[in-house]
Order: sequence, then structure tokens, then C-alpha cells
Amino acid sequence: MGISNYQMSSVISLLPEVGLLVLAGVVLTMDVLLKDDRKHLIAVTTAVGSLLIILAALMYSQPSGDLIWGGMVRDDMLAFVFRLAFIFAGGITAMFSIGSKELAHRGDYYAIMLGAVIGMCFMASAADLIMLYLAIETTGIAGYLLAGYVRTDDRSAEAGLKYFLFGAATSAVMLYGFSLLYGLTGETNLGAIAPILASGTVSVSAICAIVVLILVGVGFKIAIVPFHFWAPDVYEGAPSPVTGFISTASKTAGFAVLLRVFIYGLAASEYWLPAMAGLAAVTMTFGNLVALAQTNIKRLLAYSSVAHAGYVLVAFVAYSELGVASAIFYLIAYVVTNLAAFGVVIVFAHTAGTDDIQQYAGMSRRSPYLALAMLVAFLSLAGMPPLAGFFAKFYVFAAAVKADMIWLAFVGVLNAIVGLYYYLVVLKVVYVSPAPDGVGSIDIPATCKIALVVLSLGIILIGTASSPWFNWAMKAAQDLF
Amino acid sequence: MYMGFPILSVITLTPVTFSLILFLFPEDKKKEIRLTALVAASITFALTIVAYFGYDMETAGYQFVEKYNWVESLGISYYVGVDGISLPMVLLTGMVIFTGVLISWGIDDRPREFFAFLFLLASGVFGVFVALDLFHLFFFYEIAVFPMYLLIAIWGWKVTREYAAMKLTLYLFIGSVLALVGMLAMYFVSGLGTFDMIALQEVQFSMQFQKLWFPFVFFGFAVLAGIFPFHNWSPVGHVAAPTAVSMFHAGVLMKLGAFAALRVGVMLLPDGARFWLPLIVFLALTNVVYGAFVAMKQRDLKYVIGYSSVSHMGLVTLGVATLNPQGITGAGLQMFSHGVMTALFFACVGVVYDRAHTRDIPSLGGFAGKLPWVTVAFIIGGFVSMGMPGFSGFVAELPIMLGLWSAGTVSSEYFIAPYYTWIVMISVVAIAITASYILRVVQQVFFGKMPAEFEGHITHSSGKDKIAIVLLAAVLVLLGVFPGWMAPLISSGAESVMAVIGGI
Repeated sequence: MGISNYQMSSVISLLPEVGLLVLAGVVLTMDVLLKDDRKHLIAVTTAVGSLLIILAALMYSQPSGDLIWGGMVRDDMLAFVFRLAFIFAGGITAMFSIGSKELAHRGDYYAIMLGAVIGMCFMASAADLIMLYLAIETTGIAGYLLAGYVRTDDRSAEAGLKYFLFGAATSAVMLYGFSLLYGLTGETNLGAIAPILASGTVSVSAICAIVVLILVGVGFKIAIVPFHFWAPDVYEGAPSPVTGFISTASKTAGFAVLLRVFIYGLAASEYWLPAMAGLAAVTMTFGNLVALAQTNIKRLLAYSSVAHAGYVLVAFVAYSELGVASAIFYLIAYVVTNLAAFGVVIVFAHTAGTDDIQQYAGMSRRSPYLALAMLVAFLSLAGMPPLAGFFAKFYVFAAAVKADMIWLAFVGVLNAIVGLYYYLVVLKVVYVSPAPDGVGSIDIPATCKIALVVLSLGIILIGTASSPWFNWAMKAAQDLF
Repeated sequence: MYMGFPILSVITLTPVTFSLILFLFPEDKKKEIRLTALVAASITFALTIVAYFGYDMETAGYQFVEKYNWVESLGISYYVGVDGISLPMVLLTGMVIFTGVLISWGIDDRPREFFAFLFLLASGVFGVFVALDLFHLFFFYEIAVFPMYLLIAIWGWKVTREYAAMKLTLYLFIGSVLALVGMLAMYFVSGLGTFDMIALQEVQFSMQFQKLWFPFVFFGFAVLAGIFPFHNWSPVGHVAAPTAVSMFHAGVLMKLGAFAALRVGVMLLPDGARFWLPLIVFLALTNVVYGAFVAMKQRDLKYVIGYSSVSHMGLVTLGVATLNPQGITGAGLQMFSHGVMTALFFACVGVVYDRAHTRDIPSLGGFAGKLPWVTVAFIIGGFVSMGMPGFSGFVAELPIMLGLWSAGTVSSEYFIAPYYTWIVMISVVAIAITASYILRVVQQVFFGKMPAEFEGHITHSSGKDKIAIVLLAAVLVLLGVFPGWMAPLISSGAESVMAVIGGI
């Protein structure tokens, strides 16, 4: 794994990012050229373009495992898997955006989203602190714009501002951590930092300080306790497609950084792993318990996504190949599942105009298939077989037991029960409660329908045919050890 | 494989395949949906009969074995096979799904979703009974449990359904996830890197490990068998569930718990089982006695049957806890006999309730005149429940008592051994209590004078109800009169269980 400069292969390995950039340009051009009544084509172009980029990446950009572009980027399986997941999430989000009146016909919205995807791709592949920070900021700024995109809606504006303030503050703290790391090791490349830290020339207290500072920034992205405060408000206020995007792709990008920096760059330390285990337990428990009390579906999903971050942390602190593989698998399953859940929320709000859980009453009679999609998504979030979420949780708890963290596995499985409870409560409203008088069937826009079918099948396939996905995750995990 | 045909996979996957097919129907085609459901259930039932009589008693052991890699890197495989203990359970499940569909013909609210969820549940149940891989078992176990929530919450008795469905789900899932952690511990400690149960049976786990993890695994699953003090979800669930779901719940699901507790708990951690035996025996005996007394006090017909199930499932656990071949044979027979019997009871109660719209025993009466088939069937079920000779209950309970008695005669280092004779006496008394409440129900519901409010609008039972009821009742009598078609099979299964766990 040497450092190779400016070869053709280095360009090809960035094919997805280049493709996304071109796509963003196309989208902006279409926004100028197309008449208003044909602007839904922008969303379709974004989705089809994302699909083509994924196919092209699979065919031509298989990872080499090298550090490329002067050591800025590591072209490994870990980055590859995550990048595909982000592009997938971007494409699906574009399809769901048709279901949102404010976003459907705005070309600049799709371009900003593609910019965020580019940033996330580099978050997953960056191997250098400078590149990493640039990627995080690219993603972050695009995210702030997206959350506050609907300027006429106060809640969206508030979400954008809140997201920005929290994001800017935590990223400044993280940058301080980066600078300490550079100051103490004299290196910005994570691969070069690791051996210096391992040699013991840097004091333990300094490493702990660095860990804490970086964790503030990463913890914000992945929304773990105690850096989660922004999540419910931003999730609720932002337009639903954006919320879906932030809660899946952006969170996963944060975890990509967590894995890369903490395992590849900082390597495990007996000092901070137990603390992280504690964070995992608190995050799961807090997220699930607070989710119990929610009456707004987006806030419920916000707290549940906090809890899901906790499960992934469990896999992370198991600190083994199995642990990292199960974290990656969990994230893949989570991206697909949570996108489906938000898809249902978007489609429902498209007709009903509300995110209040009580208004979901009788949805199974208004649209049996939408209810079925919701059933699949929510049961997968709850970890029921044969769906993706079941395997994800199984692997995570297996990793915890293997690492001899039985107590954490117990906290995890009992949390899964709490989660099951509130997901079932929502499903009960959908299936059992009678519909209010005078509501008709639910109109599902065609692109949303396709996206929901793709995601539902994905949830079932990642579950039942879990082996190839898990092998992918395993390969990606091996890149870190 | 049965003559080159993957019969167990087909049995497991037929119901779930049909639950997907059902969703292709528009929801207003209710007649077509019901017919498709009946076709699916008939195919499944027929296949279970083929499997049952295709099993080769001479060779015994696990047969119709199929094994495919599932998640190879973790040693998870799709691994199925049946032996003398699990095969009768497969037949039982086939019978209950078939009769359950017949009994549910009248469901008019979203029948498509109802049958789809019921079939998903059935696939889960089959999957557990045929599993030879721990992961496989757990996977299907969870599939067997969560549709119950929807089935009860959506189609159940309006008064308690939401509470009952959630209670049941939480109890069962808490049990199963605790068992999961135990199973993962076994997987990693064994060091074999496989979830293959037959391979794990060979592993000698340390005494300390077994003592620690046995309760998690055993009680985690035994919650579903309604073991005291974790039985409370069960009668509440029975009462709230629609008829077919009650049949499934009492007839099959509770056996699933006992089966998994035996298969995973006792067979993989036998030393743990011996260590915890006194507690298990004590709890099972409490089940038997307490369940019977509580059943005696109930006014609601379904609560009577629900608590009698708790009582009878205690006998199953007692049979397992003898750790000798007679006792385990009896437990296997009791699982089958009790499964058919409660399915029959709930089918009868369902027919009565559909007509009377109440299950309050004192306000019922005189139904024998209008529902003669149901009356006879209920009485047959009652005889089974009391352990009358000539009915399957006797065939099942006798070996359990014999097993308990002989467990009391062997000299053993376990202090509980001398007390087995007392346990036999106490359980026999509990069976006598059963007679008292069953006879009271028969007398008050079916005989006497029909209250005036029911006069004139109690219709006869439908042909489909009769088919279901006659089938179940016939099996009970057949097993009672001629146990030869099942007892040797279960006995062979019990022998192979004994070969794994050793004696007391």
C-alpha cells in the first residue's frame, strides 16, 4: 500500500465523486432550462444518475486499498461500501422529494444534496486530517442549507439555524482536537499518526484530551448522547426528505469517520473504550426511553435514531473485525430501513399534511400497501426477522458477547424490547385504530412508490440473503485492522 | 430430503409464500382470499401427513435433513431435520393451521391481512420445530412470535386486545432475547464457530458456564411454555385472541416454548439442567396445581381453558424434568395431545361465542340442543383433559407419572430425587381438580335450560366448523384408543434425547 500520485487509477477510483459533480451540474442546468411543469424530471435525473454512478462504481472503481492523491484519500473497501450507501441514499431521497411540495421542483435543492453526498463520500475515504475536515465541512454546510431550505416555514428556518449553530460549534472543537493531534505527532495523515501514538511518545492524558475533542465533533454527526440535543428539533423542523437524508446518510458518514479516525488513526486504548461502552449504553437507553413519549412521528424517529447510534456504538466498542463488520452491516441495514420509514412519513404527509402519530389512525384501510411498507420498515427498525434489522442487531450483539461485554449485550437486548414497544404502538395506530371520518385513500406519487418498493425488497433481501452483505462488511472491516 | 424432495423446507416455506401471494389479491376479493388460504393450509397439512408417515422408525434419528450455508463466515446454516420429538409437533402444526383456517372463515375484517399474518406465524412455528441450527431456531422463533401481536391487536376481543397483545409480545420477547444472549455465549465459548446444534451437543461446557447460562436459555424459552411465574401473559392472550389465534397460541405456540427449552436448554446444557432441576420441578408443579385452582374460579369460558393450559403445560415441563425416557416420552405425547385438545376447546368456544356473543359461563346454558357436534367434541376434549383412559390425555399423562415415580426410585446425588413420589401425588390431585372445572363448564354451558335471550337466534354450526371439530376430536380418540401410531415414535425421540443428556 504505497502512496501513488496522479495516475489514471487514482482518477478512476474517484469516479463516483466526479460523477456526482457532473450530475450536480446537469441538475442545475436543467433547473434553468426546463419549464416549471417539467421540473419533476430533475428529481428523476438525480435518481437515475445516482443509480448509474453506483453501477459505474461497481464496474470500474473496485477499491485497490492504496492511499491516493498524495495520501489524502484511502481507496479501500470501507470507503467504497460507505460511498455506495451515500449515493444510494441520495438517489432515494431525490425520489422521495417529489412527495414534498416545497422541494419537488427546485433544481438547486438537488444540487446542494448532491454536494452533501460528495462531502460524505470524502468523509468515508479521507485518510488525512485536512481532507477529513474539508469533507466534514462540505457535508455540514450543505446539510445546514438543506435543513433550512424552506425559508417560508419558520420551523425549517429554525432547524437550519439550530443545525448550523450546533454544527459549527462542535466542528470547531473537533478542529482543536485535530490541531492537537498534529501538534503532538507532527503528522496529518492518519496512517502515519497511528504508529507514533502506539510508540508511547505522546502522553496518555493528551491522547484522552484529543479523543474527547474529536468525539464532540463526531458525536454531533452521529447524534449520540450527550451530543444529540439538536437532533429532535432539526429532524422535526427540516423538510421530511432532508430529515430522512440527515438521519441516514449523514449519520452513517459520521460513523465512517468514527471508525476511520478511532480505529485506523488512534487505535484502541484501554482508557477510552470503557467510556465509549458507557456512552453506548446511555445512548441506547436514553434514545429509546424518550422515544416512548413522542407524539410526532419525526421526533419519534429522531429519538429512535439516537438509539440506533447506540447499537452501532456497541459494535464499535466490541473493537474487533466482527465488531466493525457488524457496525457496517448495521449501518447499511439502517440506511435502507430508515429511508423506508421516512418515505412512508413523506408520502403520508403529502396527502394528510401532518406528522402527528394519532393522524395515522386507520392508515391500513386508507392504503394497505403503504401500511405494509411501514410495517416492514418499523419491524426492521425493531429488529424482527426476516428483515435487515434483525440480522443487524444479531451481529451487533454477537460482537458484544464475543468481546466479553455481556452486560452491554444485555443492555442492548433489553433496549431492543423498549424499541419494539414504541414501534408496535405506532403500528397499532396504523392497523387497529379506526380512520377519522371523511378521509380518503392516500395518494402515492409514482417515484415514491418505486422507491418504497425498492427499499422494502432491500430490507427483506439484506435480511434473508444476508451473507453477501455481511461478507462485504467483513472485507471492509479487515481494511482497518 | 424425502425421496429427493426437500419436504421440510417446503412445509416451512409454503405458508409464508402464500402469505405473499395473498397480498396480490385486491382486498375486496374476500371469497378468493379465503379459498386460497384454505388451499395453502390443505397443502401444508397434507405435506405434514406425508412427512409424518414417511419417517422411518427403524433408523430413527434426524431424518429429511437438509443443510445449506446461510452466513458462512459465522457458521450460520439453514439446517433442518426432524426426530421423534419434533415430527409430531410438525403434524400438530399442520393440523392446527388447517382447522384454524376453517374456523376463521367468518372473519370479515381484512381477511387478506389476517391469513397472511397467520401463515407467517405458521412458517415461523414450522421453522422452529425442524431447526437443527441455533440461529435458524432463533430466527424462526421470532417470526413465530411477532405476528401474534398484530393478530391479537387487530382481530382480537375489543375489550382487552391491545393490552393483551402488548403484554404477550413483551413477555415473549424479553424471554427470547435473554435466551439469545445465552445462545451467543454458547456459540463463542464452544469455539467451534458454528451454530449447528448437533455439533454443539458434543461440546462439554464447563459446569460453571452451564450453571450460569442455563437459566437464561431455559427460562427465556419456557416463558412461552407459560412456566410459573411468567405465565400471566398466556390466559390474558388467549382471552383476547380471535379463535384461530387462540388455537395456535395454546395448541402450538406454547409447545414451541417447551420444545425450545428442551432442545436448547436441556440438551445443550444438561449439567445446568441437573443443577437447576429442583427449581424447575417446583415451578412446574406450581403450574399444575395453581393453574388448576385458578381455572376453577373463572367465569369466562376462555379463561378456564387458558388456565387449564397453564396447568397442563406444567405437566409437560414435569415430564421433561424427570430426565428419564418415560417422562420425556410422556412430555412429547402431552405436547401433542394437549395441542390438539386446546385447539379443539378453543374451536368449540369460538363457535359458541360467535353465536352467544358472551363467554360468561353462568349466563350460558342449554347449547347441546343447538350445537350437538360442538357439545360432543367439547366433552371429548374434557375427557382428554381429565386424563380418562381411552383418550389421548391418559396416554400422555400416564408415562409422565410413571417417569416421575421411577425418577423417585433411582438413587441419585440430587436431593430432589426422593420427593418425586410426592410430586406424583400432588399432580394427580391437580388432575382431579381438572375434572371438577371441566364438568362444571360442560354442565353449565351445554346442558340445562337455554336462557331466554338466546332462544331463536342460535344457529347451527357450519359445515366447515364441523370438519375442523370432528378432525381434532377424532385424533384425540384415535390416539387414546390406539397410541401405537405415535407413542413409539416419540419414545424413539426420547431415547435420542436421553443419549445426549444422560440420566438424572
